[in-house]
Amino acid sequence: MGARYFDYMATNPLRPEVLEAMLPFFKERYGNPLSLYELGQNARAAIEEARWKVAQLIGARPQEIIFTSSGAEANNFALKGLANAHTKKGKHIIVSKMEHHSILNPARALEKEGFAVTYLSVDKHGLVDPSALEKAITPETSLVSVIHASPEVGTIEPVKELAAIAKKNGSLFHTDCVASAGYLPLDVEDLGVDALSLSAHEFYGPKGAGALYLRGGTRIIPLIYGGIQESGRRAGTENIPAIVGMGKAAELTKAELPERARKLTEMRDRLIKGVLEKTENVYLTGPSPESGAERRLPGLASFCVEFIEGEAMLLMLIAKGIYAASGSACSSKALKASPVLLTMGISAQLAQGSIVFSLGMENTMEDVEYAIGEFPAAVKRLREISPYAGGWGKVKETDPCIPKN
Amino acid sequence: MNLKFVEGIKADVTADIVYMMCPMHLLKLEEMMKTLEGGQVLQIMTDYDGALTDIPDWCEKTGNEFLGIEEAPDFYKFFVRKKGR
Repeated sequence: MGARYFDYMATNPLRPEVLEAMLPFFKERYGNPLSLYELGQNARAAIEEARWKVAQLIGARPQEIIFTSSGAEANNFALKGLANAHTKKGKHIIVSKMEHHSILNPARALEKEGFAVTYLSVDKHGLVDPSALEKAITPETSLVSVIHASPEVGTIEPVKELAAIAKKNGSLFHTDCVASAGYLPLDVEDLGVDALSLSAHEFYGPKGAGALYLRGGTRIIPLIYGGIQESGRRAGTENIPAIVGMGKAAELTKAELPERARKLTEMRDRLIKGVLEKTENVYLTGPSPESGAERRLPGLASFCVEFIEGEAMLLMLIAKGIYAASGSACSSKALKASPVLLTMGISAQLAQGSIVFSLGMENTMEDVEYAIGEFPAAVKRLREISPYAGGWGKVKETDPCIPKN
Repeated sequence: MNLKFVEGIKADVTADIVYMMCPMHLLKLEEMMKTLEGGQVLQIMTDYDGALTDIPDWCEKTGNEFLGIEEAPDFYKFFVRKKGR
């Protein structure tokens, strides 16, 4: 029996149609888009078609899409490129504590370069309160960046409200949509954002392609100088196969989004219900699918399991053919409690037992039932051998997310 | 080099390429000029110093009229009138 994959936030399998679309650009269509002969001009046309498709996915104009090598590059580009280009407004930027490292680390780098950075706190569900932004924003705030949806706890932030506050203040607004693209409808006009990051491999496209949407007329300082690719905003000969693949994946995503959201929400809700019912001392992290469904990402079921440690739980599940994740990849590699969980008020001990199932279109309800069936036994076995076997206190409450201070 | 400073010229079309480096100033200039009617004025905003020689030279080579530059605090505005009419 093959393994069952529940880690779609780590990456997605490439769709066969996407691979088909990419293959000619590894082989006979190898031209450089800057070359004047047909081989080059064909490659250029392929990039422009992909640009149009990516723009369509988010309601943008093609010239507002800048292809990058990854979502991380798009995030770095937005933070550094916009902050440095708009110092006349001021040298203060605001990010939330829910951000990915590709936002937090460039923010820290900007702090070293003399920018002031405010890190917005969140509530126990991971939500940024718009009134907190209103309090933090100043006339010198040039840029605000808040993630659209968390890949760790599934929280969907009130980006539209936050962007409106930034706009009223004359500040630019960027949102990281790497985790939400392919799950939620995205429209840059509706959201009211100036910049937005995407990553192809999070919606069944290839690794090595990302994009930054940048509202027309917005100045940005390049991260990579060189040639005239991407209108001089991002130099380097384009990764044409990956860009073509991203375009194809965007096209499929746009067409299939309602069906994906429906299927992934149904499986998510079953998984959450099953895990909470069948396992003791397990808490949902992020908004509840019952009371906060519109604030939770389809396909994302995240928990904290008491008295055990996430890494051990993952190994146990791997042995059962279940591939899941424990918090963000970065924090689980560093064996560090997830900063996102801590900022939501979850205790460092409980955060150790973090587990995230992220579902995708290849999953079936049978996979979900299998996970629900295997999970309690894995937890039970671990608790028997856990140093916390006796627990660290009796817990009776079953609040979906218990801040332990 | 016939660099001259001007004030208050009204442009028909504006292109903002501040922070873009060589050769974006020339590519953008060429691209935008194609969209203009003869006699119309293009304004290019750039902070690229090389444009100070390149844009007047380009105008001389192509027969378009270089009207002059205006200095903003952190970039230049170049004004070019398309030939014809």
